[in-house]
Amino acid sequence: MTATARAAKDTAQSELHLRMLRQMLLIRRFEEKAAEAYALGKIGGFCHLYIGQEAVGVGALAALRDDDYVICSYREHGQALIKGIPANAVMAELFGKATGCSKGKGGSMHLFDAKRGFMGGHGIVGGHVPLGAGLAFASKYKGSDQVCVCFFGEAAVNIGAFHETLNMASVWKLPIIFLCENNRYGMGTAFERVAAVTDIVEHACSYDMAAELVDGMNALTVYDATRRAVERARKHSHPTLLEVRTYRFMGHSMSDPLHGVYRTKDEVEEQKARDPITQLAAKLKDDGVLEQAALDALDAEVHAEIEDAVKFADDSPDPDPDELFTDVLVD
Amino acid sequence: MATLTYRDALNQALREEMQRDPNVFLMGEEVGVYQGAYKVSRGLLEEFGPKRVVDTPIAELGFAGIGVGAAMGGLRPVVEFMTWNFALLALDQIVNSAAKMRYMSGGQISMPIVFRGPNGAALQLSSQHSQAWESWLAHIPGLKVVAPATPADAKGLLKSAIRDNNPVIVLEGEMLYNVKGEVPDGEHIVPIGRADIKREGNDVTLVCHSKTLSVALKAAEQLAQDNVSAEVLDLRSLRPIDAAAILDSVRKTNRAVVVEEGWPHSGIGAQIVDIIQRDGFDDLDAPVQRVTQADVPMPYNKLLERAAKASPEKVVAAARKVLYLDA
Repeated sequence: MTATARAAKDTAQSELHLRMLRQMLLIRRFEEKAAEAYALGKIGGFCHLYIGQEAVGVGALAALRDDDYVICSYREHGQALIKGIPANAVMAELFGKATGCSKGKGGSMHLFDAKRGFMGGHGIVGGHVPLGAGLAFASKYKGSDQVCVCFFGEAAVNIGAFHETLNMASVWKLPIIFLCENNRYGMGTAFERVAAVTDIVEHACSYDMAAELVDGMNALTVYDATRRAVERARKHSHPTLLEVRTYRFMGHSMSDPLHGVYRTKDEVEEQKARDPITQLAAKLKDDGVLEQAALDALDAEVHAEIEDAVKFADDSPDPDPDELFTDVLVD
Repeated sequence: MATLTYRDALNQALREEMQRDPNVFLMGEEVGVYQGAYKVSRGLLEEFGPKRVVDTPIAELGFAGIGVGAAMGGLRPVVEFMTWNFALLALDQIVNSAAKMRYMSGGQISMPIVFRGPNGAALQLSSQHSQAWESWLAHIPGLKVVAPATPADAKGLLKSAIRDNNPVIVLEGEMLYNVKGEVPDGEHIVPIGRADIKREGNDVTLVCHSKTLSVALKAAEQLAQDNVSAEVLDLRSLRPIDAAAILDSVRKTNRAVVVEEGWPHSGIGAQIVDIIQRDGFDDLDAPVQRVTQADVPMPYNKLLERAAKASPEKVVAAARKVLYLDA
């Protein structure tokens, strides 16, 4: 590689890293605002925040093409934003407004943007894992090289649908990445208390599937591992199981405590010291591609974008009463 | 008109729709190499290959969900359950995924998927294999539910189901696969949501669907011997249901008996009685009677099983009751 080529590569890489940092900040600030809005009663129902897990969604989606499919559980605000749904439309959906990405009918757990390949947040633990495989099945059937990344939490691994789907995805060689975000707790139950096998990657052996264990607090390692899995899916139509170890800094949902009976405050604080945003910002500073002033400016810019989203959601109308009966069936 | 079995009529519908649209594919247990547990898919693997006739493991939840995902990705899956009893394992995907996808996505995602297979009791299969699930499925907004009784309706409704852009449940009758009947030649489509008068009459309406059509027709024969003219109304579709056809018939006969394979509590018949009492109250000369399976799990013993099922004798007795013939 010539010096010029190396410099160009370094620049491209720095730009990617800066973009990922911005995306993580966007999610963080979005979720903080969502928590505020929830406390004010502007968001109802269940609302599961992604704070602490940003590196997973951002790292994984950086490895995808725009036309690839992403499908998620109900903790999906972050992936929805990074797949390209404008913060306005996501916040408006949380507010239940007509301008939301699901017209106010889905809410926090059911964000959708089919045109952007964001195939939803789904509310039944593990229930969307076969849907992800179905999207990959469709892609292969049509001879397209789109791949699907299916995000789910570690608790879904105890669900039958997970095992049935991994088996079929392997038998049929589907272009899918099963991305398990292991944040260690299914609501208030520590995974090791309810799982005989706690290294989730090991389940891949049962299904003759490639697998990797990934540090989910580091966006760049998530990116690298997902890139390898995407290549396996796109070029060879082979599925992969990624176990990405992460941690949620908030409660399971807005109605749950941060810590308490199931995990200690010390544990949460210890994990917060591994904050994925701080880690990437520190690396970029070390690399000499980011200064504190630039980081502050980036944060301010993201803040403003989220403030705008809240204003947009606030100002947007509720769905028309007639909307109650639309979209049940296609005419 | 060709005379076909119910099985072959379904097979024709599948073959024609697969020929018509390359995005239609069939998946399920034993649909390919084995040619279908009930031979409905006979010859399809040979004609369309393993890409479009997909043998699955015994994993109803998983493959139903993969079907739903494939529909989200633009395909038109036909998911076969070996029987609807096994589909209970897949209810999460039918109810939480297929039926709700369009609504909760604000209309972005259509769900052109068919879930089909035999429903209801056969002979001496005992409790877990002898169940009729239509009231469970017809309860769900976002689904369509059809239950054809004749080869012609089986073909026409399955074709409509495959072309529909919504999730359609096709309840086939396990005891109907060998039943023969005339099927119109050429393109034969039966629209979803329309009932059909299978026998005209003036004195009492027998409302039925799927396997209970033959029960109602036999009852009508017996009633005719007593100079009672029974009209047999085959619902064919349970969601949407043809309320107008039910009300039209009751307006003519002023009396009704609803016959179904399912259990009495919260059954399809209860819904039909509700339609009649709400919108046909003034047409009624007697309370509507229902004939259902006995309110027990299906027993194995042949005599007990017969006693549990809806029968022509029970329908005749119910009809005589609404006609006050035994008073």
